[in-house]
Amino acid sequence: MFKKFQPSTDIAGQTPVKSSVQRSIRASVLSQWKIEPETLEAIWPKKEGLVHVKCREHLSIYTVKGEPILFQHFDGPFYPTLRLLHKYPYILPMVKVDRGAIRFLLAGAHMMCPGLTSKGGYLPPKEEALPAGAPVGIFAEGKEHAVGVGITKLGTEEMKELNRDVGVETATYLGDDLWVVQSL
Amino acid sequence: MPAKKNRDKKAAAATAPANEPDPSAPSEATETQPAEEPRPPVQVLYCAVCTFPPEYCEFGSSFTRCKAWLQENHSDLFDKFYSEEALQNKLGTLSVEAQSRLEKDTAKKEAKAVAKADAALKKKMSSTVTIKRIERNKRKHVTSIHGLEAFDIDLKKAAKQFASKFATGASVTKNPQGQDEIVIQGDVCDEVLEMIEEGAGMLKGIPSDNVEIKEDKKKKTTDD
Ligand SMILES: [Zn+2]
Repeated sequence: MFKKFQPSTDIAGQTPVKSSVQRSIRASVLSQWKIEPETLEAIWPKKEGLVHVKCREHLSIYTVKGEPILFQHFDGPFYPTLRLLHKYPYILPMVKVDRGAIRFLLAGAHMMCPGLTSKGGYLPPKEEALPAGAPVGIFAEGKEHAVGVGITKLGTEEMKELNRDVGVETATYLGDDLWVVQSL
Repeated sequence: MPAKKNRDKKAAAATAPANEPDPSAPSEATETQPAEEPRPPVQVLYCAVCTFPPEYCEFGSSFTRCKAWLQENHSDLFDKFYSEEALQNKLGTLSVEAQSRLEKDTAKKEAKAVAKADAALKKKMSSTVTIKRIERNKRKHVTSIHGLEAFDIDLKKAAKQFASKFATGASVTKNPQGQDEIVIQGDVCDEVLEMIEEGAGMLKGIPSDNVEIKEDKKKKTTDD
């Protein structure tokens, strides 16, 4: 999403979010992420207005005090920015790619199933299986911090079964044009 | 019942050596929302060279400089990532061939980035700044300055600097070619040139050889 993103040309405008809309975004985030209301309050205090940064192609970034904290494509799920995920790594379920896949991910590629199912990769066990369309933190073999944020294209059990094609679509990754933007 | 639970949590938090606010002085937030303490964020160290967490520097395009930075500033982490033993472990499930491919790839990327930076510098050093005196009518002139952005100068701020220096109007406008330039009211060509040569304020790093002065008379020359 942010492989080619230029704040100067790709942003259509910034508007403060109405408080009723803020409430519904807050509720969605609380239901979609594994985050305590108190922690979310620390990241995004109720008193502090959320600003909607409208970008091209139905992409929305939301900022608090200028710092991007979450984004959304169309009316899909809310993704935390990678910097936010680094601070609160537990808010999204984890998948892990093997070391061989890291450089492709850093070039903006989506993650193929074999990179997730191989020995260096990780998918949640059957009891915690994820459906398709779930936002996930993408971690990497041998690395402590997340390398990207993405969304499952298949259920995790399906990924194990099929073991081909794209398993996780990359939404943002280390070094992309959203990573570079520290404030808007 | 929930109140009790909260108090217990609070007490636990108070004994914890975290940098929590003083629980005896509840903030506004805790009054409206008598709740648990937020979880503190993980403090992640980022590389000052490539902005990645240092464990990912090896995938960037400035690995050599990243390593030097880490060794100088966080030698413990440097040892953790780049000691003989760490390098052995790092291979993980990756085959030796794949690892050497990765290393080659990184070296290539690095060389490419260096070449790109060189080219950018060259381009910078060969780009010119044009100062133009434009005649508006008989007595009045404006001065336009074009090409400052190639030297990473913020045009808006530079315009402000000119405006206050000459106590006149200065603005950033698009010329007919669609490029941004600074337009200053009045004829201040020579003064601007002087400022660039001195490197006054934000006008730093422009070789004076790269500056040219032009005159733009009205096309319709009225022979008076
Ligand atoms: Zn680095």
